[in-house]
Amino acid sequence: MLGKIRNFFIAMKNIFHGGPLYYGWIGFLLVIMLIGLLAYSFQLKHGFIVTSIRDEVSWGFYIANFTFLVGVAAAAVLLVVPAYIYHFAPVKEIVFLGEIMAITAICMCIMFVTADLGHPERLWHMAPFVGRPNFPSSLLVWDVLVLNGYLFINLTIFLFVLYKIYEGKSYSAIMPLIILSIPWAVSIHTVTAFLYNGLPARPFWNAGILAPRFLASAFCSGPAMMILVFQLVAKFTKINIDVKAIQKVAELIAYTMALNLFLLGCEVFKEFYSNSVHLAPLQYMYFGLHGHNSLAPLMWTALIFNVTALVIFLIPALRNHITLLNIGCFLIIIGVYIEKGFGLVIPGFTPSTLGEIYVYWPTKIELGVTIGIWATGALIYTLLLKFTLPVYTGETHLQAQAKRKEADA
Amino acid sequence: MEKKSKNEKEINRRGFMKTAALGVAGLAAQGCSGNINFDRFFQSHFKQMDKEELLSTLKKLEAEYSATYGRQFVVKATKPMEGTLFGYGLDLSRCIGCRKCVYACVEENNQIRDPQIHWISVMRNKKGDKWIDLENATRYYDPKEVPEDGYFYIPIGCQMCEQSPCTKVCPVQATWKEADGIVVVDYDWCIGCRYCMAACPYGARHFNLAQPQIPKDEINTNTHYLGNRPRPKGVVEKCTFCVQRTREGKYPACAEICPVGARKFGNLLDPDSEIRYLIEHKRVFRLKEDMNTQPKFYYFF
Repeated sequence: MLGKIRNFFIAMKNIFHGGPLYYGWIGFLLVIMLIGLLAYSFQLKHGFIVTSIRDEVSWGFYIANFTFLVGVAAAAVLLVVPAYIYHFAPVKEIVFLGEIMAITAICMCIMFVTADLGHPERLWHMAPFVGRPNFPSSLLVWDVLVLNGYLFINLTIFLFVLYKIYEGKSYSAIMPLIILSIPWAVSIHTVTAFLYNGLPARPFWNAGILAPRFLASAFCSGPAMMILVFQLVAKFTKINIDVKAIQKVAELIAYTMALNLFLLGCEVFKEFYSNSVHLAPLQYMYFGLHGHNSLAPLMWTALIFNVTALVIFLIPALRNHITLLNIGCFLIIIGVYIEKGFGLVIPGFTPSTLGEIYVYWPTKIELGVTIGIWATGALIYTLLLKFTLPVYTGETHLQAQAKRKEADA
Repeated sequence: MEKKSKNEKEINRRGFMKTAALGVAGLAAQGCSGNINFDRFFQSHFKQMDKEELLSTLKKLEAEYSATYGRQFVVKATKPMEGTLFGYGLDLSRCIGCRKCVYACVEENNQIRDPQIHWISVMRNKKGDKWIDLENATRYYDPKEVPEDGYFYIPIGCQMCEQSPCTKVCPVQATWKEADGIVVVDYDWCIGCRYCMAACPYGARHFNLAQPQIPKDEINTNTHYLGNRPRPKGVVEKCTFCVQRTREGKYPACAEICPVGARKFGNLLDPDSEIRYLIEHKRVFRLKEDMNTQPKFYYFF
């Protein structure tokens, strides 16, 4: 045990080794985090009056980011875990990158939800035994359970497999947990969808199609994000990423984006054809309502981006072209970020239950907190990567190995 | 020489980092202390308090409010009366949209003045082609005189649902339905997640965006723990049928002030009550019946 702890610290040292580029990047992130922290303490001090959140639109940018990131977390694992199980070689090498992304995304989710609380210091009220969690009635309690469970499962798998690979031993003992992580990944996104879905007061969310739509769009943005990150990692580290793996992921995006747009079409048909009072949110999104149409340009941008990306990813000749592939990924990330962030949260509240239209747009404080959390996420990802890769590639000599070498000699 | 200057630089840099770190920590701490009341951090949930703890908590709150406002406060925790289920009736034919109820409520229940919270929204509806058309109704009307020709008014507050979606979704059970049917909030337990606001179909729940500042001469010192006691910022609040009054046999402030007698209040379990008479003899409806929330707020005409 002691040896393991020591090994952990040996591996930890890696995060302090780096060139000026590395330190520059870390410094840059720290500065943004500082801005975020200042913005957040301002919000804590003065209350939500410094945000644009009001009674009419009671959730905003934080919850939008949260929802987007739950999708990233789910997709990261669902994409790479089959590689463990089916030993698909090209993807197997990038398994860690996916695991790290899932861990990072969940940490960011937790930060976004906490930033959205009026009284974060009372979070213990939700804890079992000491608090009074409203279980099983409240979907928010379910969400906290599945998200934390997911974080725990992925951290365990990540550390265990990393250690076993390094020791050169089999990691099959953790297989049950790896298999469990697949339905668990589906569950985090389904429960998050149900959180919105179960509210009859909000017809825009109260549609059975919501959870499938969540999953479909997550399978667009998550993989797109990973393709971009993989290339960055390949560029800045010694890790080689098989082109086949990237092509495989790109192919998957073609199917999921088609499905995502199909589901959106189903929703659009149902609302516009039936033309009931429940049409209002969708009308507000794409065409504006009573002269308020500030959301429409965003929503059309998202739609155009997603359709363009679909064309790129659907045609093999286009998606195998690396520049086009990257453009496609970029379009998808922005497209889904709008669709699942603003495009999901805001129309749920607009018009309000009493028919009022309050035009929500995040304040500088909300933007500050948000970029702060994104920078924290980037820092977590970078440090985890820095911790993992040298161990993975065998650059760092842990104690177990040193001993093994001694024994061999 | 060169070395020395490098050292100096190093020291300066360290000094700067130290100052910056301290500054940030200080700001963060300031932000926290602005928000967190450490005295109440460990306070139990209202329903978990035994008699002794409840009494000492009420005393503590009274002392705190009295110190803040310089006036003697009473914080009660009056229990529901046996055999009581409160119901509200509103006569749409009588309501003139004067909003006296809105402001009587604010005065009685100590709502934040800046930005204002109103527990009652009076919606102005156009008479004519549609019945209640919330999307085209407005609460921002400002005529010289009410009622205006061609309009009717519908005041909306908490509907005290029997199947309340708000209490169902609260992650920490900070809001619940009492035995007399009143849906209440424990302001010291609410985490401010605003899930209940998303769940409420009537826009009845309101969030304290800033620290409520109420003028000393306007504060109502006769308060209830689950009702009109001063709230902290960052928690949700709502109409409580004036729990501090109605559990002592008085009418809610809105019903008392209404100049046209449009507001009726009583015990639904008492067959001789006015509210029961109205339900049985008038054309009664409830808002958004399709939600199956089963409100105890009856509109009639």
